[in-house]
Amino acid sequence: MFLIERCEWLAPDIKRFQIRAPRVAQKFQPGQFVIVRVHDHGERIPLTIADADPVAGTITLIVQGVGKTTKLMNRLADGQPIRDVVGPLGNPSQLHRYGTVVVIGGGVGTAIAYPTALGLLRAGTRVVAIIGARTASLLIMEDEMRAASQLLIVTTDDGSRPGPRLVTDALYEVMKSEPKIDLVLAVGPIGMMRAVADMTRPHGILTRVSLNAIMVDGTGMCGGCRVVMGHQTRFACVDGPEFDAHQVDYDLLAQRNRAYREMEQESLRRFEQHPDWDMQWVAEQCRLAERHPEILVNPNTPPNSEAH
Amino acid sequence: MNDLSPKARMSLPRQSMPAQPADERSHNFSEVNLGLSVLQAHQEALRCLECTHPRCTQGCPVGVKVKDFVALIAAGDLLAAAAKLREDNVLPAITGRVCPQEHQCEGACILGKRLAPLGIGYLERFVSDYEREHGVHTQAAKVPTTGKRVAIVGSGPAGLSAAGDLAQRGHAVTVFEALHEPGGVLIYGIPEFRLPKEIVRAEIENLRRLGVAFETNVVIGKTVTIDELLGTEGYQAVFIATGAGLPKFLGVAGEHLAGVYSANEFLTRINLMRADQFPDYDEPVFDCRRRTVAVVGGGNTAMDAVRTALRLGAARALLIYRRSEVEMPARREEIQHAREEGVEFLTETVPKAFVGNEQGLLRSIQCIRTEPGPPDRSGRRRVQPIADSEFEVPAEIAVMALGTGANPLIQASTPELATDARGYIAADPETLTTSRPHVFAGGDIVTGGATVISAMGAGRRAAAAIHAHLLMPDSKSDG
Ligand SMILES: Cc1cc2nc3c(=O)[nH]c(=O)nc-3n(C[C@H](O)[C@H](O)[C@H](O)COP(=O)(O)OP(=O)(O)OC[C@H]3O[C@@H](n4cnc5c(N)ncnc54)[C@H](O)[C@@H]3O)c2cc1C
Ligand SMILES: Cc1cc2nc3c(=O)[nH]c(=O)nc-3n(C[C@H](O)[C@H](O)[C@H](O)COP(=O)(O)OP(=O)(O)OC[C@H]3O[C@@H](n4cnc5c(N)ncnc54)[C@H](O)[C@@H]3O)c2cc1C
Ligand code: SF4
Ligand code: SF4
Ligand code: FES
Repeated sequence: MFLIERCEWLAPDIKRFQIRAPRVAQKFQPGQFVIVRVHDHGERIPLTIADADPVAGTITLIVQGVGKTTKLMNRLADGQPIRDVVGPLGNPSQLHRYGTVVVIGGGVGTAIAYPTALGLLRAGTRVVAIIGARTASLLIMEDEMRAASQLLIVTTDDGSRPGPRLVTDALYEVMKSEPKIDLVLAVGPIGMMRAVADMTRPHGILTRVSLNAIMVDGTGMCGGCRVVMGHQTRFACVDGPEFDAHQVDYDLLAQRNRAYREMEQESLRRFEQHPDWDMQWVAEQCRLAERHPEILVNPNTPPNSEAH
Repeated sequence: MNDLSPKARMSLPRQSMPAQPADERSHNFSEVNLGLSVLQAHQEALRCLECTHPRCTQGCPVGVKVKDFVALIAAGDLLAAAAKLREDNVLPAITGRVCPQEHQCEGACILGKRLAPLGIGYLERFVSDYEREHGVHTQAAKVPTTGKRVAIVGSGPAGLSAAGDLAQRGHAVTVFEALHEPGGVLIYGIPEFRLPKEIVRAEIENLRRLGVAFETNVVIGKTVTIDELLGTEGYQAVFIATGAGLPKFLGVAGEHLAGVYSANEFLTRINLMRADQFPDYDEPVFDCRRRTVAVVGGGNTAMDAVRTALRLGAARALLIYRRSEVEMPARREEIQHAREEGVEFLTETVPKAFVGNEQGLLRSIQCIRTEPGPPDRSGRRRVQPIADSEFEVPAEIAVMALGTGANPLIQASTPELATDARGYIAADPETLTTSRPHVFAGGDIVTGGATVISAMGAGRRAAAAIHAHLLMPDSKSDG
């Protein structure tokens, strides 16, 4: 089990977790994710690793409560264990030294794009960041993104912040003002990623998106995360999660992501009516961890000392 | 031993396996077969002719001494029978249930020439269940520890059996598993109604008692590489037993519609994630109730998927197979059980396209009839479509059980690990050595999708080879 060392709210419904997972922390590269199972009756969901501290053996996850599992996770507190965390999965982002890169984060996509932006900046790339949210109070990681870029543009759908409303409006401005853009990286809702791809395609600007396909194992075993690129089938968990934005079949991705909508809603309704049912499983594993602290992953004991 | 004359033995009928009635079991996930009674097992054991040159043993991929363990059942010493069985087979409660006996031990049994072969699988299952239920379990190794450490990658039958043998020889063994629960296909693939998970978990408990450590949630090649296992992690040898987990698709139109699953995904959602108990468990699966589920394929995986669909309440459960029923690679018993439970067989048929509605949900499958063509180079007849024989089958859920391939994760992250043309790891069939020193490989990741017993055999050969390697003076000393 994996201990939550610290967590805090970043915005209503968005929480940042620092979780002890030394093996993952040691291997993490920007662009990679973990798969998390909160408790014994839980589903497996992918979450991007926002940051990692290999010395402390911790990883940072940023979770937006959109449904049952993410809202459940956001109810957890410091010192509570998470059942399973596996990773780092997926291919790292390519952190070359480009001339100029525009990094776009929509909603919780900002958290997903952040480590890549920072990595690019450190590689010597000029980073222009655009982050957007429905309204100002939902903006996350503004300071972090500012520090990870030469220029940050903030957008709000409802205009609660002065400036452009949509990230694509901001991108339009940047495309006009920047002499040359080598790469655009867009992470966010499917509609946003598609709109960005449509804008950059006629200009032949290399554009990448991080796809949020539904996953189970995250190792290439189930094929549930398949996405279509042109005429080729790819597994988002092992071939991605980043892909060429101009090749993605967004309609198919959106359809596949809607597949369980009714069941997800039923799950959420049930959870909101009876959060105690799930919190019992959580309490159970807290007791287990208290009685058997050795089952918590501990960076100070070598990984195999359990053996003999 | 057995005082009956050969004639008397041959006059005894083969015992039939008590099973849940078909109309009951098709609605629950409890095991279909209920197991022989003590009396039945004894009667069945009496049928063995105790051949001087037992063909059954030759037919078994690991050479189980059938005659000997069966004689011990006939003599009434069930625990000794179980111990005898374990000399060659470390997972008998599992193989007794899932081996394709008709192609192996029972297919070779001399009784089968004129009568029904001995029920070897039933007896194997019987004694190992008896052993488990009577609280007898493997004791911790008495041999002194060697101080050598072995990493095993993957916890399917190959990994588990290698772990057991190595621990018994005094080595410190850690099994790394990508998923959150060990067991491989035995846990995530083969359903509860055919192989209760309790049995697999009991075997894993046995291994823990032997001192084997399990680290779940570790993807070798991602979380830790093979080079790191041999380097900073301080292992002296590595056994790669990652199975053949990569799902295959047909490559036809509409195959990515919502409602079209790989068998791996469908079965993992149910077996590992318990989606059959949604919403008590969070993982969803398409609601099969009042709907038609079509499974494409004819192997054990296809049978498991289609019978799972029935148990999820499917109004119609269809099996679409490109050849004829007799050519289906699945175990005979599973085909028969599937029929009894009401699975409809659509043989000599292949899907040409999957058709969805405007929301992208599967609504029907366009199929075409096939007929036997000329034999291919391996002698197996080809399948060719019959012109103008297209027809449409309404279905809301489809499951592709078309076999699996090699997952490239480890190969891609391990320099100089040789693979064959299809991406499987190249390993010597006897010593299981790979192109990399200290690295061994076996099971489905070497052979391609095969059987539980062949994976177990590979695991045991690997353990023997690794043991010999570790004792060699020039083997890797410390980390
Ligand atoms: C590679 C990757 C990285 C991600 N990183 C983050 C992150 O850093 N922070 C974050 O808040 N979210 C992230 N997500 C999205 C997150 O996984 C989903 O929000 C979460 O699974 C929703 O689960 P739920 O039960 O809360 O909501 P649900 O009500 O179950 O689902 C809401 C929506 O989430 C999607 N979803 C549902 N189940 C899964 C699943 N098993 N796998 C993937 N998507 C699913 C569906 O499209 C669904 O419509 C990431 C997704 C992917 C694929
Ligand atoms: C649905 C189904 C039904 C079957 N029915 C039968 C049957 O009736 N009879 C029969 O004899 N055979 C049957 N088989 C085949 C049999 O199960 C396999 O041949 C056997 O399990 C192979 O064993 P293995 O140890 O090589 O690999 P597996 O059982 O596949 O186990 C491999 C394990 O390695 C793990 N792994 C993979 N990659 C990594 C990694 N990078 N790091 C860490 N862990 C990793 C996987 O998660 C998995 O747990 C069936 C198979 C399926 C799928
Ligand atoms: S292991 Fe399988 S093939 Fe061998 S004797 Fe037992 S059931 Fe038969
Ligand atoms: S071949 Fe058949 S009859 Fe002969 S020893 Fe084996 S099981 Fe008994
Ligand atoms: S999540 Fe199963 S293959 Fe990608």
